[in-house]
Amino acid sequence: MSQILEVKGLEASYGPTKVLHGLDFSLDQGGVTTILGANGAGKTTTLRAISGMVTRSGKISLAGTELSSLSTADITRRGIAHVPEGRGTFVRMSTEDNLRLGAYSRNDKAAIAEDMERVYTYFPILKQRRGQQAGTLSGGEAQMLAVGRALMLRPRLLLLDEPSFGLAPLIVQELFAILKRINDEEGVSMLLVEQNAALALELADHAYLLETGNIVISGTSESILENETVRRSYLGY
Amino acid sequence: MDLFLQQILTGLANGAIYACLALAVVMIYQAIDHFNFAQGEMAMFSTYICWAMIAGGLPYWVAFFATIIISFVGGLAIERIIFKPLHSAPVLSHVVVFIGLVAIFNSTAGAIWDHTIKTFPSPFPDGSFAGLIGLHEIGMFFVTLIMLLGIFGFFRFTRIGMAMQAAAANPDSAGLVGIRVGWMLALGWGLAAAIGAVAGMMIAPIVFLDPNMMLGILLYGFASAIVGGISSPGGAVAGGFLVGIIENLAGTYIPAIGSELKLTVALILIVTVLLFKPNGLFGKTIVTRV
Amino acid sequence: MATDVETRADPRLTVGAKIPIKLVGLFIIIGAILPFLLGGYANFQGTLIMIYAIAILGLNLLTGFNGQFSLGHSAFYAVGAYTAAILVYHLDWPVYVTIPVGGVVCFIAGFLFGLPALRLEGLYLALATFALGVAVPQILKSSHLEGLTGGVQGLDVFRPPVPEFLPLTMDQLWYYIAFGVMLIMFWIAWNLINSRTGRAMMAIRDNPIAAKSMGVNASLYKSLTFGVSAFYTGIAGAMAAIVIEFVAPDSFTFQLSILLFIGMVVGGTNSIWGAIFGGFFILTVPNFAEEISTGLSYAIFGVILILVIYVLPSGVAGLVNLLRVRIRKLL
Repeated sequence: MSQILEVKGLEASYGPTKVLHGLDFSLDQGGVTTILGANGAGKTTTLRAISGMVTRSGKISLAGTELSSLSTADITRRGIAHVPEGRGTFVRMSTEDNLRLGAYSRNDKAAIAEDMERVYTYFPILKQRRGQQAGTLSGGEAQMLAVGRALMLRPRLLLLDEPSFGLAPLIVQELFAILKRINDEEGVSMLLVEQNAALALELADHAYLLETGNIVISGTSESILENETVRRSYLGY
Repeated sequence: MDLFLQQILTGLANGAIYACLALAVVMIYQAIDHFNFAQGEMAMFSTYICWAMIAGGLPYWVAFFATIIISFVGGLAIERIIFKPLHSAPVLSHVVVFIGLVAIFNSTAGAIWDHTIKTFPSPFPDGSFAGLIGLHEIGMFFVTLIMLLGIFGFFRFTRIGMAMQAAAANPDSAGLVGIRVGWMLALGWGLAAAIGAVAGMMIAPIVFLDPNMMLGILLYGFASAIVGGISSPGGAVAGGFLVGIIENLAGTYIPAIGSELKLTVALILIVTVLLFKPNGLFGKTIVTRV
Repeated sequence: MATDVETRADPRLTVGAKIPIKLVGLFIIIGAILPFLLGGYANFQGTLIMIYAIAILGLNLLTGFNGQFSLGHSAFYAVGAYTAAILVYHLDWPVYVTIPVGGVVCFIAGFLFGLPALRLEGLYLALATFALGVAVPQILKSSHLEGLTGGVQGLDVFRPPVPEFLPLTMDQLWYYIAFGVMLIMFWIAWNLINSRTGRAMMAIRDNPIAAKSMGVNASLYKSLTFGVSAFYTGIAGAMAAIVIEFVAPDSFTFQLSILLFIGMVVGGTNSIWGAIFGGFFILTVPNFAEEISTGLSYAIFGVILILVIYVLPSGVAGLVNLLRVRIRKLL
């Protein structure tokens, strides 16, 4: 299978503090990969480094295009949609304006309208809330909006930062079912960061385990599920 | 009653000045999420540029539009050159840079064009409407209205306008949808400088041109924008007229105030309004779930 | 908007922080020797720097540590100064007593102003305080109060001669008084910041909702901080009136508020002692700019301001902290 993203020797730091110490990993085209790890392991930073939101060094290539020197906006325009930690919706704008901004870098009006409808089919609740200020949405709705906005880019790769955070279990199930559909039906590759390892491994086909800025274990989801360390520390059985 | 009407009209005329500048204030606020304290001085400087061009023999409207373009480029340049390297500096530091810019523009204008008060031409005919309100004020009112419609349409209906608001409200997320945040800021500065220039050129025929012409007016501009609701261009214009009227009526009808305490009273009234309507009269309440 | 104020916590301002005795000792020794090395005018300027430092510290307690903007601290400075001047001029009070009285009057004024200001945040508070700053000199000038304030002419304040048992000049004496008052005020601020109250103040700055839900009475603390901040500024104002021996409305315009604000940012908003550098900056740099070019002095001041922000985006204190971290890493 071909690779959509290849990362080599990725380092990242906040001010004087280095957080990632040279990560090597790759993502399969059309696959779902998850990064597991405890709080502070560097999961969010890995995503932020790919999107160019932190100072970073190393090689990041998206299907052959080198990203490591590009700005966040330019990386997004190459087809990476990042659903950030805390959702990052534009709270003062309406739901629909948020979605419209998701397609900001595109010019194909007809296709954008089509995609908007498709997002509304995935998340019917957003259609009901289309005119409502995004700040007034519930946590689950806001997360759906964030994912919907990312889809409006027609991304080749979707980065998801803890989509389950702070949501009720039922909502989480619903959301992950939709993510699976998106992956199946549209072939969007995904890189998922999750605290909830069991949930993540269910959706993902590959997984990496991150500890204090280093990748310590990697493999298919099945093999990771059987790994003693992962089971004990992250799955709890 | 005649006096009352007269004062209302004078208030409206002053209000047109404040409304005009308040629009520029709202513009920059939408673009950078902050007040720009140097806005008045930038407008003053633009007006001097226009004056110099007219003095050099250019026709009014040529100078007028040339000034708008120069101001736009100047505003853009200020953001790119001065503020870009300071993106990660604390907001309080930005305020100090604004103050620095105020000093620079004020002092440089004085050095180039000296401190004598100059007259500035109006593009509108002399005279007044029924002896109550000057034709220049009426013309200015329409110019303000046109700008208001333009700004409203820009933010409401254009992709770039929306992107600019997004970049100001949440730069991280804006980058993640492909908005080039830095350039949005620069564009916002450019537009605010251009609108400020129009305000300056409209105001100067009334208050005359000198390096300090904007110090007091900018305060009213801020106050108008805040009273109207800083997120709403229409509110800012309404706020401008309201402040103009309040100021005049208070000065006329409360004997203890007279003209010396006019400014104070206006400000106190404004603060009182804010105590009851903390988002301004026409501002949207922003609801965010915790 | 309250979060607009830079809120990077100072690593030293944590529970149980200790005063760096050696540094403070060195500072006191240098400060005590200086009047004998400097001339009379330099002494006078040093006194003013310390007075500004007290006012800037007051402003910083409000803005840096509690997250509330003020563009109106010139008003409190004026109230402190006029309290001292009126007590001395009209009632013949001893000048020394008027200093704390000026502070207390300002504390009350600040607390009362802080009550309605509670409803305002960020820009709105900036405008309200600005209104205060603009209003006070106009009120002082007003013909209704002329009997008390001396109107535009202002009031003279006479200092008693230096007591005979002290081998000091008038400038030296007031230098030492200012020095002592400054040390006390800084000591109080240090203890305040490192106390339960101080932590509540900073909690309100960083996350008002969380602070409230932890049971911090945000309204009370915000008003109290306003009062304390005004107290500092009032003490400074009273001392300024006495040292300059004169008060007039035009010394307390909005420009003074701006200067104090500049001093606060240049000194560094997350430290206490940065205020001293801030005071130094706002006293010396405008004069320096004037020296270079009279016509363009403001422009030069503006350029210097911008350059300083480039070099020190978090103020002098921010730079010192950064260096401290770097040096510790090297060792």
